[in-house]
Amino acid sequence: MKMHFKIYRYDPDRDEKPYMKDYDVELEPSDKKLLDALVRLKAVDDTLSFRRSCREGVCGSDAMNINGKNGLACVTDVADLKQPVEIRPLPGLPVIRDLVVDMTQFFKQYNSIKPYVINDTVPPEHERLQSPKDREELDGLYECILCACCSTSCPSFWWNPDKFVGPAGLLAAYRFIADTRDTAINERLDNLEDPYRLFRCHSIMNCVDVCPKHLNPTKAIGKIKDLMVKRIA
Amino acid sequence: MANVAKRQFDAVIVGAGGAGMRAALQLSEAGIKTAVLSKVFPTRSHTVAAQGGISASLGNVQEDHWQWHMYDTVKGSDWLGDQDAIEFMCKTAPEAIIELEHFGMPFDRVESGRIYQRPFGGHTSNFGEKPVQRACAAADRTGHALLHTLYQRNVRANTQFFVEWMALDLIRDADGDVVGVTALEMETGEVYIFHAKAVLFATGGSGRIYAASTNAFINTGDGLGMSARAGIPLEDMEFWQFHPTGVHGAGVLITEGVRGEGGILLNANGERFMERYAPNLKDLAPRDFVSRCMALEVLEGRGAGKNKDHVLLKLDHLGPDVINHRLPSIREIAIKFAGVDPTKDPIPVIPTCHYQMGGIPTNYHGEVTIPKGDDLEARVNGFYAAGECACASVHGANRLGTNSLLDLVVFGKSSGDAMVNFIRKEQTSFKPLPADAADRSLSRIARLDAQTGGEEVAVVRAAIQTVIQSRAGVFRNSENMAKGVSEIKEVAERVKRTQTKDKSKVWNTARVEALETDNLIEVAVATMLSAENRKESRGAHSHDDFTDRDDKVWMRHTLFHSAERNITYKPVHQKPLTVDYIPPKERTF
Repeated sequence: MKMHFKIYRYDPDRDEKPYMKDYDVELEPSDKKLLDALVRLKAVDDTLSFRRSCREGVCGSDAMNINGKNGLACVTDVADLKQPVEIRPLPGLPVIRDLVVDMTQFFKQYNSIKPYVINDTVPPEHERLQSPKDREELDGLYECILCACCSTSCPSFWWNPDKFVGPAGLLAAYRFIADTRDTAINERLDNLEDPYRLFRCHSIMNCVDVCPKHLNPTKAIGKIKDLMVKRIA
Repeated sequence: MANVAKRQFDAVIVGAGGAGMRAALQLSEAGIKTAVLSKVFPTRSHTVAAQGGISASLGNVQEDHWQWHMYDTVKGSDWLGDQDAIEFMCKTAPEAIIELEHFGMPFDRVESGRIYQRPFGGHTSNFGEKPVQRACAAADRTGHALLHTLYQRNVRANTQFFVEWMALDLIRDADGDVVGVTALEMETGEVYIFHAKAVLFATGGSGRIYAASTNAFINTGDGLGMSARAGIPLEDMEFWQFHPTGVHGAGVLITEGVRGEGGILLNANGERFMERYAPNLKDLAPRDFVSRCMALEVLEGRGAGKNKDHVLLKLDHLGPDVINHRLPSIREIAIKFAGVDPTKDPIPVIPTCHYQMGGIPTNYHGEVTIPKGDDLEARVNGFYAAGECACASVHGANRLGTNSLLDLVVFGKSSGDAMVNFIRKEQTSFKPLPADAADRSLSRIARLDAQTGGEEVAVVRAAIQTVIQSRAGVFRNSENMAKGVSEIKEVAERVKRTQTKDKSKVWNTARVEALETDNLIEVAVATMLSAENRKESRGAHSHDDFTDRDDKVWMRHTLFHSAERNITYKPVHQKPLTVDYIPPKERTF
């Protein structure tokens, strides 16, 4: 099967400005996912740069903008895509080359929420106990793969990537707030009490729409906002 | 070398998977100036793909003891594992898991509030009596939960990461001591020297030498390639684990935890064939054994599907609740990569290359050891290895499921501790860099840039994978392996002439893939020659012309030396640290 792709190309070493390049790729029957097609294409044109690793949707490397929507190439069925398949780097982050973006700002925001359990009490010799019900509170939160599909589809993150934590970071923030082993809820809320860090989320819900792990950052953000309100009351 | 920029750190860790990041914590928290280099952002390392669990005899669900875990691991290794290292790992396991929990790892829980544990292949109570629930799990995302937790803990510890830096070569001085590595900054294409007192390789496996593998694209054996080029022999490279349940056609992993939760394997006749081969452990026999049984079913014409080339993994009888709660990602993978919903239909599976039991030879402190005169295990000063790239050897000829994640955290920590000690007490100042420290790396890149009339990387890499897939599979024989040896030597010549179109400096992935292929071929040659040489059947090495295990001759580790392409040996450590030796016996399940 032959498929037609239009792919964003930019190599700062050679190109004055970015351009879209057309490719016709002859796919084999085993090329089921978009990533298979890109790997096939790269065997012909090795100058195309993109990130990829696990090829099963768990490492978060190959997030890109596919026909206008962010997603992971490795879990996107190539046969379902409308042609020409337009592939661009994740929007809103600086492009280093081709489909490779600079994710520094994204990770900086993630790190800013202190993404680790804080508990200064002396741990017991065994586990810190947690009931199955309390543990279930973390479901839908801890599974994030940091692919950045959500944050880079969020207009609030596009305008203020340095000030707004973004859906991925806020999902992680709630993951630790919701953990019964964490004792720093107040500190965490203080850290988000700011016109930008949390409250720039206007529930546009692009994040929910694109998350390849079917997580719901908007819901988690809503819960943090509720806690903020309760704290004042 | 004058033009090559230098950075100086007390410790350099190459690789930011489970082992590298566990070691990094020890060093960072001890206040040692440490750099962690990784080809990918830490949470993209392949540890993230581990699914089913991490073993420890916590006994949260059923009675368990580390001595039982040790026995299972020794038997699982088919008596090629070093019993001192195995004792160390199994005895340390409970505290290592509790520590992860204290770090914040989101384990599933049982009603008492303690960590949930599930059964897994080869893990038994009372020395082989019946399956035991030893695998500590976070649904079927245990590796993801572990890797993210370790990354998060390293954020807390302010560990200095060099993200998307590919280490190129190991730097050894005239004494043979390790004094650093060279590395390529992918964003700029510049080569740097990292000058260090101690270097840890935690570079993971090399499963990409096979055409069909559960491994990620990044698993190209970089640490093994760098070691081999620097004169460090590779241990037991003939032993490759085929995971019984890779998705047919796609290679993606389906955890053994599916069978731990009660899933069963069926042939084309709908027969639960494992009952015939392993009346006691059935579908939960160790992986080498189950993979061979599956391959036999297919060879004898009982394979499923229109080409009769796979078997079926049935789990619909577990019910949607168990599947959605305990195995949610498996359901997702089956739908996405096999086109079946396992709550209704069985998943087509086939044994698929999964794990490298061999690697860089170390002791249980992560110290790399090589033969030197009469000493078969002389330390290489300043050089450490942990995780899948290392061979401690706890997995011997066959690894038990869930022992890999355990290996990462136990030996990540012990090697980190050993490095702290070495840097504080032995190597308190930097040894000088040799004048030619960067020459090998620079000439590799210069060769690639200047190459004309060579072959494309993708073509040569596929040639490696074709040889290894067809000559070093589940069942092996003398004639086939002899062909493999001559074929892989020919491919090795082609690797010297790989060529890329991309000559750009910025994020040149074609160059990275060419450099990775230099590493793949080292692993492939070591694999093929070590396999051809071992004239017995043990663990994952199943030899049709020598079907028995031969403890008299072959209870010894292979050491493959790249420069001479010759093999030497060293004995298996038979003496555990405190308990009695577990003597070999017939391995039935």
